[in-house]
Amino acid sequence: MDTKIGLEVHCQLTGVRTKLFCSCHCDYRGRAPNSNVCPTCSGLPGALPLLNKKSIEFAAMISVALGCRIPDEIAFYRKNYFYPDLPKNFQLTQYNAYGVTSIGVDGVLQYADGKSVRIRRVQLEEDPGRLVYETGSMETSTYSLIDYNRAGVSLVEIVTEPDFVDPKDVRAFLDKITSIVEHLGICDTKLEGSVRCDANISIAGGNRVEIKNVSSFADVEKALRYEITRQTTMVKRDIEVRAETRHWDDSRKLTKESRTKEEEQDYRYFPEPDIPTVVLGSGFASQVVRSMPELPDARKERFVSKYGLSAHVAQVLIDNKELADFFESALRSYNSPGEIANWIVTDLMGFVDERQKQAGSILAGLKIGPEHIAELARIVDDGTINRSTAKQILAQVTKTGEMPAKIARQTQATKIDDTEELAKVIDSVFKSETGAIQDAKQNPNAVNFIFGKVMKATNGRADPKAALDLINKKLKD
Amino acid sequence: MQLYRLDSAQVAAGIRNRDFSAEEYVQQLLERIEKVEPKVNAFITVTGGLALERARWLDRRIKDGEQVGPLAGVAVSIKDNICVNGTKTTCASKMLDNFVPPYDATVVKTLFDAGAILIGKTNLDEFAMGSTTEFSRKGATRNPWDIARVPGGSSGGSAASVAALECALSLGSDTGGSVRCPASFCSVVGLKPTYGLVSRYGLISYANSLEQIGPFGRTVADVSAMLNAIAGHDERDHTTAGGKQHYTSGSDKPLRIGIVKEFTEGADPDVSKIVYSSAEKLEGIGCKCDQVTCSSVEYALASYYTIATAEASSNLARYDNMRYGFEMTPEGYEWNSYFAKARSNFGEEVKRRIILGSYVLSSGYYGKYYLKAQQVRSVLRKDFASLFKQYDALIGPTMPILPFKIGEKLDDPLKMYLVDVDTVVANLTGMPAISVPAGFVGNLPVGLQIMADNFQEQTILDAASMLEKSAGIQRSPDL
Repeated sequence: MDTKIGLEVHCQLTGVRTKLFCSCHCDYRGRAPNSNVCPTCSGLPGALPLLNKKSIEFAAMISVALGCRIPDEIAFYRKNYFYPDLPKNFQLTQYNAYGVTSIGVDGVLQYADGKSVRIRRVQLEEDPGRLVYETGSMETSTYSLIDYNRAGVSLVEIVTEPDFVDPKDVRAFLDKITSIVEHLGICDTKLEGSVRCDANISIAGGNRVEIKNVSSFADVEKALRYEITRQTTMVKRDIEVRAETRHWDDSRKLTKESRTKEEEQDYRYFPEPDIPTVVLGSGFASQVVRSMPELPDARKERFVSKYGLSAHVAQVLIDNKELADFFESALRSYNSPGEIANWIVTDLMGFVDERQKQAGSILAGLKIGPEHIAELARIVDDGTINRSTAKQILAQVTKTGEMPAKIARQTQATKIDDTEELAKVIDSVFKSETGAIQDAKQNPNAVNFIFGKVMKATNGRADPKAALDLINKKLKD
Repeated sequence: MQLYRLDSAQVAAGIRNRDFSAEEYVQQLLERIEKVEPKVNAFITVTGGLALERARWLDRRIKDGEQVGPLAGVAVSIKDNICVNGTKTTCASKMLDNFVPPYDATVVKTLFDAGAILIGKTNLDEFAMGSTTEFSRKGATRNPWDIARVPGGSSGGSAASVAALECALSLGSDTGGSVRCPASFCSVVGLKPTYGLVSRYGLISYANSLEQIGPFGRTVADVSAMLNAIAGHDERDHTTAGGKQHYTSGSDKPLRIGIVKEFTEGADPDVSKIVYSSAEKLEGIGCKCDQVTCSSVEYALASYYTIATAEASSNLARYDNMRYGFEMTPEGYEWNSYFAKARSNFGEEVKRRIILGSYVLSSGYYGKYYLKAQQVRSVLRKDFASLFKQYDALIGPTMPILPFKIGEKLDDPLKMYLVDVDTVVANLTGMPAISVPAGFVGNLPVGLQIMADNFQEQTILDAASMLEKSAGIQRSPDL
């Protein structure tokens, strides 16, 4: 059945120092409740908003990265609704119904090969405060507390057209958005709640259902899959899908109706009188482009052309800015791009815990830095250790953070290429495996079995080429 | 010597020269306040202790030969919708019964920097919504010229406090005439500066795009002295403009003046008569007065009430009693019902305007009302800009009627709104406008409104001082 999915992604601009309309810190996390507030962001009578110019620049960068047009003038609107987390009972945001006022419109983003989504608009707005429930859940609490430390933090909302069909694509898009804002240095996606996503989904031309309260991108995908199943089943049984907001229940892995019946809200939008229209001017967009750091797509291209990486390997690195930075940082210690990329993408990724991946920082749980991978690649390249030993050393590095060369010395894991020492081991294998030796003399394929025994006897430290040469030579004797 | 009768320049000079001390002056004012307040009710809070403390501090500084500002020792009252750090600021509303701002409005700061002494916070219509100062939780303020009558509003307390000699200067706010209306009814000078000339930071918003803080005084010189202290760019208010100049109390340079026909025609004939006789006086000292017409002013009142209520409905949404307000236990409520219960404590007029404003902004009506009102605003701006190509100033009555009896118009909101017909135009266009005493009908004052192009405050002050000199109108009644 025809599926239509559209997204609203909220990114906090953690890269600015202060809130969107006052000089309180935008870094509100870990502070005592309601200690990061001032007359403006706590909505005291008489206080006025002062627009943070840096936030406009950053929002413009996102707009450019998403292929949006930046208008010559932008403005702010009040979105009026009552909710305890809103100090003024209206939110300052942008609105395009009476003419474009948002920082970006009409974009297109290619997020995977041959797949792209239209971006309806990018808008700058203020984050509300945070409700803290007595029991941790709205359903079971008899009271809640309000912390306004977050109120007024710059938030960029990215609204897509309903162009997605497959939840897997949604995930790919979200990963790309993450990579973009990380590369722009405007949002630290590792911080809890810094990137949030609501999804709208309809099936077979039916009513649109909004899914909220989804805390991770993996869960966005799961929630959408759940909704597709739910709505498809309903359509098949001729039950009408209601237009409603549903919340993702993380513990039961399903979406459910919101407890409070959400009426059709009339937000009574109107232009904020205290913030005059901001004239950006025609030169603004090109100025933003010039000041922008390298975007993921350009970086990928550079990885392929400059370092000779395959498109796939480059993509894996770029998808997570942390990995791409790790890679380039390792190159500064040891310039062997192909090897280092391989160590990161094929081996190091094996140690990454799926939970950490979701939490944002892939490498946070591992005691490894770029210098470790660089050294590992170097001592493999110069023949100090062989590849399979290196893999074992890598496992240890991730746990202890010791340097690879030191581990190699300590475990005497250095390759045995001393012919005399190897010959001794081979002799003993020949003695214990007489049957296999006979076979091998007739059948060259059986040589591999003997080679395996030799490697085992040396704990994989034997230089493979030297060992094979010696075995073949001895078989011919 | 009755120090409370002195104007601000005399006070500042007297204290600086140590003819009398700031403490003596404040002491006299406090006695005066105690005497006349039972009749006038101009104040919500009298800050006597703080005022005396500050007066003594100023006296010490002067004695020690230290620098003091141009308003050193001058007692000012401030409308109770302008925030003063540590002093209750209630907007005459139950909703802010316990609100003590943790910061000073920019104008308060600049007045203090100029050496002024705060003597108290003045009465107003709740959240500045009204034209009579009757809609106050603290009871109506009475007109010092006739205490059975309204002093005008919403800054009625400010105007009355100046007329009743309870202070030399006062600050009010003017959203649709709230400085000029009571200035006219109380026979004092009240100026609404150009939108953007004075910082609104710390003014509790009623309708942000229309309002300005403005000075009251018994003389044009007093008003220009106060304007000098408060005007200028403020980095905390995006809507302020730069280019502060030094205002004087006037030159006698003849002006080209237009008498707005729509304003004089709509007024009580007794009032219009005084407008025309004022014009004659101005002509007598060389000005040239013509009758002019501006038909778009017909739509001003509707436009004003649409925009003002729209902005108010949103501005007043924050008063849910959760972060500040008044005593009311949240026990037993979920937030929605708590908000509703708390917000039922707004007065009737405020509720009326919130409902009107919510209506004009609601989806489907925005284009019909709010956008239309904004279009009227653009037309008015254009029409007045072209008038100001031919005239330095425009004049007319400030109020179309004489001060009326307390309670007279309370039952008919529409009739009440109509009294703002001549003042709202300046708020819609942004231009500066002053009300200056022009005469009396019986014992009831009539004010002349003088308007000029944006940032031409000096022209207004010039015209007002010419009239002041030639008319010689009484500024304070016997009480």
